[in-house]
Parts: sequence; structure tokens; C-alpha cells
Amino acid sequence: MVEGKKSVNFLRGILYLSPALILMAIFTFYPLFNTFIISFKEEYNYMTGKYAEWGFANYAKLFASGNIFRTCLVNTLVIVFVSVPLSIGLSLLIAVALNSIKPLQKFFQTIFFLPYVTNTIAIGMVFSVIFESHQGLANAIITEFGGNMINWLGGNIQATTIGKGFLDPNNAIFTPQWLTSMIVLMVYIIWNSLPFKILILLSALQGIDRQYYQAAQVDGTSKLRIFSKITVPLLSPQIFYLLITSFIGAFKEYTSVVAIFGNNAQSVGQRNNMATVVWYIYKKTKEGGTTMGYAAAGAVVLFVIIMFFTLINSIISKKRVHY
Amino acid sequence: MDIRLVNLTKIFADKHSEVRAVDNLDITIPSGKLIGLLGPSGCGKSTTLYMIAGLLEPTSGQIFFGDEDVTVLSAEKRGIGLVFQNYALYPHMTVKQNIIFPLQNMHISKTEALARTQKYARLVGIEELLDRKPKQLSGGQQQRVAIARALVKEPKVLLLDEPLSNLDARLRLQTREEIKRIQRETGITTVFVTHDQEEAMSISDEIVVMKSGVEQQKGRPQNVYENPINQFVAKFLGTPPINIFAGKVQDGGLYIGEERIGDSNLENQEVTVGIRPEGFEISPEGTLTINIQHIEHIGRDKSIVATNPYTEKETFRFIVDSDNNVFENTNVKVLVKSNKCYVFDKLTEKRLQ
Repeated sequence: MVEGKKSVNFLRGILYLSPALILMAIFTFYPLFNTFIISFKEEYNYMTGKYAEWGFANYAKLFASGNIFRTCLVNTLVIVFVSVPLSIGLSLLIAVALNSIKPLQKFFQTIFFLPYVTNTIAIGMVFSVIFESHQGLANAIITEFGGNMINWLGGNIQATTIGKGFLDPNNAIFTPQWLTSMIVLMVYIIWNSLPFKILILLSALQGIDRQYYQAAQVDGTSKLRIFSKITVPLLSPQIFYLLITSFIGAFKEYTSVVAIFGNNAQSVGQRNNMATVVWYIYKKTKEGGTTMGYAAAGAVVLFVIIMFFTLINSIISKKRVHY
Repeated sequence: MDIRLVNLTKIFADKHSEVRAVDNLDITIPSGKLIGLLGPSGCGKSTTLYMIAGLLEPTSGQIFFGDEDVTVLSAEKRGIGLVFQNYALYPHMTVKQNIIFPLQNMHISKTEALARTQKYARLVGIEELLDRKPKQLSGGQQQRVAIARALVKEPKVLLLDEPLSNLDARLRLQTREEIKRIQRETGITTVFVTHDQEEAMSISDEIVVMKSGVEQQKGRPQNVYENPINQFVAKFLGTPPINIFAGKVQDGGLYIGEERIGDSNLENQEVTVGIRPEGFEISPEGTLTINIQHIEHIGRDKSIVATNPYTEKETFRFIVDSDNNVFENTNVKVLVKSNKCYVFDKLTEKRLQ
């Protein structure tokens, strides 16, 4: 009797879950597995479903010299390893500063939160105006103070570039123009990712028992030591949460690139020099013909990389996050 | 080093109201003694402690450590050790790191710091727990770590905020003796805050009873208990609490209702009479008639719940030797011991006799 009741309950549970399960099966699990399968099919045509043969040809093509995917991968890694630490560090400082002021705290909180509720593409367009290579706002300010115009987004022969002199203009990726444009992209990505981080850290800060700080004060702890020995360790769960989610987010960076540098993800006069992995995947799915296999292979590579770093992060966080 | 509070006042004000948390407090805390600040919650005792610590700024008045005026000195320059109510141990540090933390701020050499950490860990009896995290400790052990952290700086003053309130009853008894022992061994001037009169009476050299920010009475616990200055102090000290009756003084006699329970040299007037639970004696020559409702046997004593028409509450409770033969629901006569009986002004609640 009990057995029968159990199986009835199980069936009932499945029934209740089925709407969600069916939708997830069709729109999440099937595409996921299919992506893996497609990535191993050479010259796969998604309209006809025909392919030449099984193998690693798509992957080999991705990493072949001259393929734009190499640039995409390098750009993505640069974005991840520069923007994530910088934005977490900055948001931590801003959150601590916000937390220590009483008047105008709400006002500044609102200002810092604005980018979060603004459309990414719209801000990107504003950025592309600010950093326009001739007389954009940034260049207007620089020339006002007697500096040279900077070729932020490319296309201005008279303007200078950052990194001129120590970067080789003939390098496959790291040209002076690449660095100049990458700086614009970084500013955008970091600024755009601050609000959420500030929000998380500020609310965590406000949850820290004031007595820890009173105890530190009685013991004559310096501001710097309070920050490094008390605040940061007590925030470590939130910091690692942000680290993992921003890592994943940064690996999937796409909208910002298109918003500032357009559909071809390039500084004017360059070839896809700002492209990222997700940009590559989108591009290859849209090209039609037999490029779907490259997109699939790119997606799998990205998946493996994200998986790898998330795993490392969670191993480290187990050791470093204190409670 | 003694601590002197001179006209110390703290007013918490916001847009709508103003609260006098501490009102013109004038006390001297003698050097090397253990002093309990005692009062119901909201009486300003913790505020006073935090002002001594330097974490709260007085609205007016002065604080002296010895001859030095420390009123405007910041907390870290006062040389105090503070133990918080919930200990405030840093959860991410081990016990050792917690204790050594204040020393690292003082840039004391590593060997010296380690030696001192060991010394105070031993003093409070936690030397086997040095590598644990606070979460792995019991409440009593956390308390000891907090005390060690406060003492390791070798401060001139030790301040404890409700040190026993987070412990269970048995640990509380053990820890309060421990605090007394540590205080004796170090000879450090110690101030602690509590709302528990038993706790304050049992370990303090002196207690200060406070109400609504105003000092009521200060003195040795037994003195305060035996000679309360007003009805509030009399009611606040002692378990079971003092019993209050409506009474009067008439022609040299002290009356509860129409029964004369003692003498009085006061003028004729209505008064409030307070009698300690141990101030009753069952006797055929008794002067006060009471009705016994309920008897509790508590070892060598009997605790008796009784009624009298003139009590403040519906019933009152007193304690007699267990060899008294009494029965529930009977009327008996009791004598009132004059040294356990206090007469208060009916309106001002001041002690008259």
C-alpha cells in the first residue's frame, strides 16, 4: 500500500513539474546537447541537416592561424581579467565610501544605480559620441587642455593613439589602435557593471554588526587595517559571489561591443579588432550555409572555459571565504 | 586608577523628541575595584559605559581617568578594554588572531605579542582553544576570548557590557565567579553593566543603581540592600522582591490597615510599607493577619504566597524556615522584623524610616 502511494505521489509530482520540464527540455536541454553534437559535424547545414562527417574539423578551423576567433578569444580573456578585478575593486571602494557618509547617501546611491536601469545599447551610443575620434566630448576636453586628439574609435588619421611607440602596429592583435579602443570598451564595461556590484556590497556592508567596528576602534585599529582585516573578510562571501557571476558575465560580453563599435565590432579602418567570442558565435550563426558548426564549436569552447574558471573560483572560495 | 564622572549628561535628540539617557551623573569609581552599573533596561547604564569607553560623546559633563580629563579623548587613546554584550569576536579569525589583533595595532614585537596572547589565554583558561574559530566555541568560551582580547592590551580600565546576558543559567554562575577572579588577579579597575540585580550583588565591590538616567544609590551591595534610599531601589534589589503594603503612621505606631505592626516616630500620615520576604515570622503573638494561599517547599525554606487586603499586588510572597507548621487556605498571624521593614513616603517614594 505504501509503495503504491509513493509511486502515485511521484507521478503527481512529475505531472505538476511537467509544464516547466517540457519547456526546459525543448528550449534548454535539447539546444544544449544539439550544440555539442553539431560542433562535431563537419560542414553541417542546419537547413537540410546534412553534414560531411564526424570529427574535430570545426575546432581545428577555429584555432587555425588567421581565423578571427583567435582575436575574439584574446579580447574576451583581456576583458575578463581586466574588467572584473577592476570593477569589483572600484565598487568595493565606492560601497565603503557610500556607507561611511550619512548625508546625500541616498542621492549618490541613485546616481550610481542609474546605469543599471538604462538601456545598454542607448548608453553605448552615448559612449560612441563621447569618444568620437574627431571632436567627441573626450577629445574636446583633451584638446581644450592642449593635448592631442586621440583616435578612440579609429578613423581619424591626424589623431594619435595610446600605446604608440611600445606596441607594434603590425602585430596580429595588440596594435596601438587596439589598445586605444580597448580602453574605451573597458571604461564602458566597468562603469556599466558597477551599480549591481555596489548594490550587493552596500547592502552587505550595512548588514555587518557595528560592534565589530566599535571593537576595532577601541583597539586603535587604523582605517586601512579595518578595511583589509575586517571589512573585506566579512564581505568575502559577497565578493566571491560577484567574482563568479561577473566572470561568467564578462566571458559573454557582446552587447557593449556592438553598442560602441557596431555590428562588425571594429575600430574604423580595422578588421574586427574588438570582437569577442559571443560576437563570433552570433556572426557565424547568421552567415548561413555551413558556418553553424563553427558557431557551435565556439560555444562549446566558451562553455569549457567558463566551466574551468568557475570550478577554480569555487575551489578557491571554499578555502578563502570564511563563513 | 580611579574613574570620576562629573555631571555627566547624554541627551539623544532627533527632530521630534529628546531623551535624557544619562542625567547629571556624578560618581567616582575607586581604583582596582569591580563596580556594577545596575538598572532596568533603558536606564542609561550602557550609555554611561559607552561614554566611559569613548564610543559615545557626552552632551555635557566630564570624565576623568585619575587626574586626566579624557572627556574628548578618542576611544583608542583612553587605554580601555571593552567586552561587548555579544562579544563582537571577528568571525573570520581564529581565537589567537582575535586576541593578538589589538597588539598588532600597537606595533608590539611578534614574540612579545605571542607571549602576551599565551599569558591571557591561560588567565581566562582557553589556551587549548587558540586555533579554533569563534563559531566552534560555546557562549562561555567566546566570552572568555572576548575578555582575553580586552585584557591583552593591559588596559587601565576594563568595561563589560551585560557580560553574562547571553549565557545559560549554569554558565552564568560559573562565569561571574570567573570574572571576579580575573579582576582580582589583574587588579584592574572594572565597570560592568547589568540589569540582573543578583549578578551585580554577587560579584561587585560596589553597585550603582540607576533609573531613567539618574543615579539612585551607590554603595556596597549589602549596604544598598539593607538600606535602600527609596522605594525603587528597595524593589529593584532582592529575589523574591520586597512586598509593598499601603500603611499609615498614627500616634507613634506603624499600621497596615488597622493592625499595628511596629513603632514609628514619624508624624501621622499615610505611608507605603516595604517588607523584605525574610522579614516575616509566623507566631501566635503576630501582629499582622494574613491568609496563606499556597506553600512552596524549597529545601531548607518554605516560600509562602499569601494575601492581605493592603498589598500592592493581589498576593505577596515571603520565606520562612521549613519547620514552620502552616497550611494552605488558613489565616495566620505574623510578626514583622523591624530591620526588614522600610517606610516610604507615599508620593515621593523616598525612604522615611
